[in-house]
Amino acid sequence: MAYDKFEVLTSTAYPLPIENVDTDQIIPARFLKATERVDFDINFFRDWRFNADGTPKADFPLNKDIYAGSKILVGGRNFGSGSSREHAAWSVYDFGLRCVISSAFADIFKNNCLNVGVLPVQVSAEFADKLFAAIEADPKTEIKVDLPNETVTLVATGESESFDINLYKKDNMLNGFDDIDYLKNIEGEITEFAGKRPF
Amino acid sequence: MATTLFDKVWDSHVVRHVQDGPDVFFIDRHFIHEVTSPVAFLGLESRGNSVLYPERTFATADHNTPTINQHLPVEDALSANQLNALERNAKKHGISHWGLGDINNGIVHVVGPENGITLPGATIVCGDSHTSTHGAFGAIAFGIGTSEVEMVLSTQCIMQSKPKAMRINVNGKLGLGVTPKDVALYIISKQTTSGATGYFVEYAGDVFENMTMEGRMTVCNLSIEMGARGGMIAPDQKTFDYIAGRAQTPKGADWDKAMEYWKTLSTDEGAEFDAEFNYDAADIEPMITYGTNPGMGMGVTKDIPTAESLKGGVETYRKSLGYMDFHEGDTMIGKKIDFVFLGSCTNGRIEDFRAFCSVVKGRKKADHVTAWLVPGSHKVVDQIREEGLDTIISEAGFVLREPGCSACLAMNDDKIPAGKLSVSTSNRNFEGRQGPGSRTLLASPLVAAASAVEGVVTDPRTILTANANA
Repeated sequence: MAYDKFEVLTSTAYPLPIENVDTDQIIPARFLKATERVDFDINFFRDWRFNADGTPKADFPLNKDIYAGSKILVGGRNFGSGSSREHAAWSVYDFGLRCVISSAFADIFKNNCLNVGVLPVQVSAEFADKLFAAIEADPKTEIKVDLPNETVTLVATGESESFDINLYKKDNMLNGFDDIDYLKNIEGEITEFAGKRPF
Repeated sequence: MATTLFDKVWDSHVVRHVQDGPDVFFIDRHFIHEVTSPVAFLGLESRGNSVLYPERTFATADHNTPTINQHLPVEDALSANQLNALERNAKKHGISHWGLGDINNGIVHVVGPENGITLPGATIVCGDSHTSTHGAFGAIAFGIGTSEVEMVLSTQCIMQSKPKAMRINVNGKLGLGVTPKDVALYIISKQTTSGATGYFVEYAGDVFENMTMEGRMTVCNLSIEMGARGGMIAPDQKTFDYIAGRAQTPKGADWDKAMEYWKTLSTDEGAEFDAEFNYDAADIEPMITYGTNPGMGMGVTKDIPTAESLKGGVETYRKSLGYMDFHEGDTMIGKKIDFVFLGSCTNGRIEDFRAFCSVVKGRKKADHVTAWLVPGSHKVVDQIREEGLDTIISEAGFVLREPGCSACLAMNDDKIPAGKLSVSTSNRNFEGRQGPGSRTLLASPLVAAASAVEGVVTDPRTILTANANA
């Protein structure tokens, strides 16, 4: 599925300073029954956002009006661990987020994000703490994520850190491309390779 | 140059390396199931692509399937819809499909090896993080997302950066009641839930050499629970004996040729790893988890650690214990339990049922415990019957269910109710994993069995010792 290209994003952010947020929390398994990509925004963090009776949990950051409309989520260390469900990355995107910042990501979630147009930005633990502190002090804190320059900046203070992304994935994100476009273009090379496989 | 097992298998599957980017990585075997494949097929069709090598993809229904009355129509409309979509997509694209009731049906990571689809030196992916299971055969196997499922369907490749290599050595003799599950939970408790992120793990040492293939599958299965993309063990005679003669393994001259290759699959003397850890088998007890990630585990006789004794993350730790309704310093032994789940791609094989039966034989399930015994496949069910384990199970007051993922992720009706405490042989104790509000203690089939008959968390060694003295 195609996604909107990503260049420079300046936005407030939802803070979620909890470690080891697993994909069962991001989208619980009972909401994986669709055969199309629909309604994943509704069940994003379902059991942390809503009580069993469907009423919102007022103190959960994603429910607080002050952060509403943010396009960035700042999460605790080891964000997205567990299940490989891409539905987790879909729910991030479909909720309206384009970027998750954390001091560490689980591998599969990170890959899934890059494949669906969500930029995972890995920063140092110190910078992550700085972001959490800034948002706590002022919930309207703006963060600028600059993909071409590979930097993330606290707009108010100018404090900045660079992040890593390989050139190939960066190019994809900047242009809204995905891997299938690339792979289909080298199909001849792939079939030649396949012909030599022993099994 | 001395190279690792991981290097040998990885490098031989690189179609091309993208400059300042990932590898174009060729996939030999691709498993699909009903939950993570439908959107991939939609993507494939909307782009007008076809499945490049349908014979390299294998479909089985497992995540959503009921574990009772499988001969009846599936009641849950959404589950039925996904199961139908899998069947329809498989048929349309010429992919083999093992649906409900098929003799080969079962959990994808159980039926792959059973049918000889899993081979040493192969690359294997599936839209499921426990695909790491297949590494037990010396394959590179790992979980992928749905976009990547579509990539494999349409091009048999994914774009993947090569992970770093880690080796974990465990040597020595395992004590009474210490199973492969305990070895894995012990390693994860040392590594934490994210310690191996960015790595692919090779397990080495005499503990793994002496382990059965099913035990190796349990260990490799849990690699993802410390953040590793996958884990693998060098193939040996035990591996070759296991796969020989299975439905889809190479035969005749093809087998001989494959064997020549498979015998080269080990890490060379002097090969370097990016990280290496050594553990002593004698330090490993039967394990149990007490928190909300698999890294929060300890010997079953130990007390829950205090937040201060851990490195960082105090708030997260307290949130986790709060969810479990446990306290720092609590003893796990003796905690009253409500449910027991034996099954999953981690512990749903015949040896797991044998272990369970070795404890419950001649004993009775505690009245207040609800137990779900779910074999990993129909072949496991057949073997249970052939060995008469079904009689032991029913005489002890348990009921055998039909195969599927079941209460491991509770997508079907097998949900642990809110607040209830479950001893589970599965792989994840995340909040709500076994049903909204459920509380999960991960453990081996022996711990699960001992706890099921006593009704409280129990050290299986007390029963095993009593058995030995009887």
